[in-house]
Amino acid sequence: MKDIVTIFVTDLEGTEHEIQAPTDMNLNLMEAMKANELSVKATCGGMAMCATCNIRVQSDHELPEMSEDEEAMLDEAFVLDIEGSRLSCQIPVSEKIDGLRVQLGELTGE
Amino acid sequence: MIETDIIIIGAGPTGLFTVFEAGLVKLRCHLIDALPQPGGQLAEIYPKKPIYDIPGFPSVLAGELVDNLVKQAEPFNPGYTLGERAEKITKTDDDQFIVTTNRGTEHKAPVIAIAGGLGCFEPRKPELDRLEEFEDKGVDYIIKDPEKFRDKKVVIAGGGDSALDWTIFLADVASEVTLVHRRKGFRGALDSVEKVEQLAVKGKIDLIKTAQITGLNGNGTLSSVDIVNKETEEEIHRDTDYFIPLFGLSPKLGPIRDWELNLNKESISVDTLDYSTNVPGIYAIGDINDYEGKLRLILCGFHEATLMVQSAYKRIHPEKNLVLKYTTVSGVNGFEN
Repeated sequence: MKDIVTIFVTDLEGTEHEIQAPTDMNLNLMEAMKANELSVKATCGGMAMCATCNIRVQSDHELPEMSEDEEAMLDEAFVLDIEGSRLSCQIPVSEKIDGLRVQLGELTGE
Repeated sequence: MIETDIIIIGAGPTGLFTVFEAGLVKLRCHLIDALPQPGGQLAEIYPKKPIYDIPGFPSVLAGELVDNLVKQAEPFNPGYTLGERAEKITKTDDDQFIVTTNRGTEHKAPVIAIAGGLGCFEPRKPELDRLEEFEDKGVDYIIKDPEKFRDKKVVIAGGGDSALDWTIFLADVASEVTLVHRRKGFRGALDSVEKVEQLAVKGKIDLIKTAQITGLNGNGTLSSVDIVNKETEEEIHRDTDYFIPLFGLSPKLGPIRDWELNLNKESISVDTLDYSTNVPGIYAIGDINDYEGKLRLILCGFHEATLMVQSAYKRIHPEKNLVLKYTTVSGVNGFEN
């Protein structure tokens, strides 16, 4: 069991950040990014109701499938059709995402 | 000109509770909010979601909390300027402020409390040619007065609660309602989805799924929209008086940036003594402010509002000493008018 995972996040300015997140604190990726002082708006706080924590997944990690809510929200925010588009609040921090590479989406800094 | 003691910018939970606390010390308040209803993001984004960390409420729906806060503020007769965005703050010669909205409504007071949450909610706009040309000329993003649509033809786009709720409501008001949704399923509450499907079966509305608006037409004002069904590739040309895209709202800091307040990123820096900003007489409370150890919680907003009001009182009545009264002892003595 890996207690701490590493994630690579490219921010809106194009800078890559290497962040660490614990797997035993019931965090999601949005929270882990905020905890590392990355600027993510995340208006609704993690309910898949706003799309301001959107990301593009760039590595080929196996992630939990999109819920209907997440898919509809991404669609309503006009970003569903973009490759790798997800809401970071819907991705739990677990050892499955160790080494994940993501890029912050345009809505995170609206 | 609306005159009051405290102009509250933002009618979310913190702004609403400020009215109550100010009322206890006999200060009057007027709330301004860009949204057409009070409640801020609780009412706009998650009214049906439970909140578990309001002291004394093991669980309360966000919408219920807002209703309760509005009721709690009622004895103090707050004024509301809703559906208008606070745009400009100017200082007067007698050391007061005038807040002007985007629609030109003016408010005057010696104290301003900015309880603006994450900023003002602005509609998410679809990418369509000529969209801005038709704004207020057939294209509306927020419905303030449903009567405007009486006996008119309306095309609504979206799949969330507001698109569903307004489709149901306008089915009885407008002469013709078309709901265009990009997907097969809806994101809204189940009973609303069922109602919309039934209205479509009965022929009271035209429901077009897996489709989107691709064009707006008109000469000066909107007269028709083009709709394309993504699955069948069928193109539909629909005459309409109004097009209402309801793709949700997203908060923007907006004009707050121009008010010469010290900011830390998207938040207003305050002194935790009384949540005052760098401009004497202007306070910032709730999610919009920033200080060391800040937590964006409703309960912290309530605390900040309470302390802020004490400081506002001293500014308005420098000659008086304020004595803390317990509501259990004194009751709640509202204003007569």
